Amino acid sequence: MSILIIGLLLGGTYALMAMGLQLQYGVARIMNLANGEILVAAAFGTFWFFTAYQLSPFISLLIVVPLAFAVNWAIYHWLMLPLVRRAKNQGQLEVDSILATFGISFIFIGILLAVFGGDYLNYSYLARPFYILGEAYGLNRIAAFLMSAAICIGLYLWLHRTRTGLTLRAVSVSPSAAGLVSINVERASALAFALGGAVTAAGGAMLSMFLTFDASLGVLFTLKGLVIIIMGGVRDIRGAIVASFILGLAETAVAILVDPGLTLAAAYVLFLIILLVRPEGLFGRRST
Amino acid sequence: MRNDGTTALAVNQITKRFGGLTAVNEISFDLRQNEVLGLIGPNGSGKTTMINMISGAFSPSAGEIRLYDQKISGLAANEIAIHGLARTFQIVRMLPSLTVLENVCAGGVFGHTRLWGVELRQYARGLLQRVGVQGVEDAPMSALTYIDQKRVELARALASDPKVLLLDEWLAGLNPTELKTGIALIEQLRGEGRTIIIVEHVMDAIRTLCDRCVVMSSGVKIAEGTPKAVLSDPEVIRAYLGDADA
Amino acid sequence: MTDKSPRTRGFLQRSMQAMRDGLVLSASDKRHLVLGTIGFALAALLPFVSDGYALSVGISVAMYAVLATSWMLFSGPTNYISLGTAAFFGIGMYVVAGGIDLLPFSALVVIAALVGGVFAAIVGLATLRIAGVYFVIFTLGMAELIRQITVWGQAKMGSQAGLYVLVGMDDSTLYWLLIALAAIVFLVGWWIGRSRLGFALRIIGNDEVVAVHSGINTARAKVVLFVISSVFASITGALVAPRYSYVEPTLAFSPFISFQVVIMALLGGVHRLWGPLVGVIPFTLMWEVINASYPRLSTLLLGVCFLLIVYFIPHGVVGLIESLRGGYRKRGGPLRDLLQNTLRSRKSNNA
Repeated sequence: MSILIIGLLLGGTYALMAMGLQLQYGVARIMNLANGEILVAAAFGTFWFFTAYQLSPFISLLIVVPLAFAVNWAIYHWLMLPLVRRAKNQGQLEVDSILATFGISFIFIGILLAVFGGDYLNYSYLARPFYILGEAYGLNRIAAFLMSAAICIGLYLWLHRTRTGLTLRAVSVSPSAAGLVSINVERASALAFALGGAVTAAGGAMLSMFLTFDASLGVLFTLKGLVIIIMGGVRDIRGAIVASFILGLAETAVAILVDPGLTLAAAYVLFLIILLVRPEGLFGRRST
Repeated sequence: MRNDGTTALAVNQITKRFGGLTAVNEISFDLRQNEVLGLIGPNGSGKTTMINMISGAFSPSAGEIRLYDQKISGLAANEIAIHGLARTFQIVRMLPSLTVLENVCAGGVFGHTRLWGVELRQYARGLLQRVGVQGVEDAPMSALTYIDQKRVELARALASDPKVLLLDEWLAGLNPTELKTGIALIEQLRGEGRTIIIVEHVMDAIRTLCDRCVVMSSGVKIAEGTPKAVLSDPEVIRAYLGDADA
Repeated sequence: MTDKSPRTRGFLQRSMQAMRDGLVLSASDKRHLVLGTIGFALAALLPFVSDGYALSVGISVAMYAVLATSWMLFSGPTNYISLGTAAFFGIGMYVVAGGIDLLPFSALVVIAALVGGVFAAIVGLATLRIAGVYFVIFTLGMAELIRQITVWGQAKMGSQAGLYVLVGMDDSTLYWLLIALAAIVFLVGWWIGRSRLGFALRIIGNDEVVAVHSGINTARAKVVLFVISSVFASITGALVAPRYSYVEPTLAFSPFISFQVVIMALLGGVHRLWGPLVGVIPFTLMWEVINASYPRLSTLLLGVCFLLIVYFIPHGVVGLIESLRGGYRKRGGPLRDLLQNTLRSRKSNNA
């Protein structure tokens, strides 16, 4: 029972990160291998605000998220757009962006190492027990889950109820067709990329409330996020949310039943199952 | 020499569904040895899907395809190629980082013919000459004109010495002069007794080249026979032009 | 057409034929062979003429030369970028570290090659049948995955995280072993380049759909080459294990190894066998300086270097030189065409 609840709580936070990747990969067509580093940087930022200024992580969100938005906007504008413009086709853009963001991820790690050093960091906030059905769970996990859920729902509604949301969804279906109906694809992509980074950063801020971080952890989160969107679908928000919960559950089960150090193996097992059984994703359509 | 009666390719009750859409619905036809068969029909009628199933790019949802005695439906495309089927593509597919000669060689190493070394190069040179591309063996593909690229692609398909050759709109996009050259080239292949299926929109080519035609519309076969007969078939005309104009 | 279809010939005969094909040497082949032999002979003289420091740099150069060149053997022609060299390197290192009390060093090197090869085959079979992007993602976290499993396995068996590798091997011996391995990598690469396998991979790298319709079993070709490439990385890890004398998971599976290998190969250029070498030598030397002068900023600088290469020398130094000489044919550089074929084939599947 506790596996189920902890797994779902974790999955809720993963959903944020996955939505961030979806916006970047699904709309802006950039497979961002530095996404995990954005998440870790946000976690470090939240840690710093908490320890240096006693700011609650929820207040930090107000600083970290806009900052991440700006940084990602800049990355898209200065680093990705030249690649988009020089790419002759989707395949080339994919390679260029994989290599470039792989390099950017190391730059982020380098900055984090230079500023914070290589130690593990964590802090104690809302570390009180909260009882569900007679069992105790960290209040911080529950608070993080609720905040993540609120952001996910807000984002979903924004994408589906507003004009700008519609624009992003149109670009996600087909950039060229979106261009034909006079959508500014470059601007929409920049917005999606920046927003994706901001959402991921929010996930990092929330995760920092109950996880321990060090500068090298980013690749784990990038990988988990990618596994989630492969499972759930690049353009299917509901699929990604379901996949996030599956990953959260699988990881928690492995951590509690086998060893907390093997959470990546849980993600890889899911990845392998998907590759071998349903490469088109959980809800993807296949021919025949 | 024509139509000695042996069936080269037998398509039997082939169906392809994509999700809820049936792109090809229970189509059957035979291709005889040394025959040139036209597969025609309006856009979206399922011709390319049909070609993709024969060449193994898709596997059919139901039905069977045989190449001579060999059942090929359900095999992977590379295995089908080894059994003696070669194709060209609707939009010409080059190997841009290979030279012109290497592009042709690519067809003669791993498929139905398996040559290598000096033998392969000589063979490929001969084929380039055959399709009328000369003096550019070591040039990159990007140096060629569109029709020459198509010729090289044809030479690549011929390099496997296929039992059956599929030409998917090979003449599309050519200007009137090039079109004449192109038709003449296929006619030459026909004269050699090649067994060919051509998917085509160019009616002149169909009249000149095809022994028989299969007409598809909305995924079903609506007519089969000589080009003259099918092109005057009211149902075929309706399929192309719509009811009001028929 | 002739009926003596080579398919009906036995495997042995085909292999013999392939050997003979490989042995027909043109004048330029012979020149390359002679130049290569002279190069390796000169490189092998280093321990006689240098001090300890130069030799230790030489070892790094030789090590990265093997890793980057074997990386390029697979990722160069196929354009499938592997980010997981460290996984195989670490496997090799750990096989030696874990077994050194039980078996002789040479036997462990062989086992390391086998373990790395089997693991590469499994990864390849799982990921290389489908779109290339899955392969990239899979390799991204692979080193970390193996590291976690190693730590866990060691804890289960009650052994310590770190292992001592005390083999009496001096730096000169290690250096010669690595130079010999590099020579083997070059020979294998040269042989692949003129074999059917190499031709198949160039076709795959250009257009996977054409490759399949030309009769190439693309998955098999990719897996075979990925295994070859990974076996070399595993052997390298096994050979250098004694140098570290104390091996622990964070060292063996360091993501920086994967990253540096990709940087060096891209810097040199991945469409010539000797391309990566052109990147390895200056980069390793530069790295020695940076690491000594700005240890705190080394990761950051590494990332910056990588971006500079991606944005400004997309075809590598070799590509740059060749294009300056005007003889450079557009060969679809490392930044082009990766996955493009697979994407295209996916698209045509949806058509």
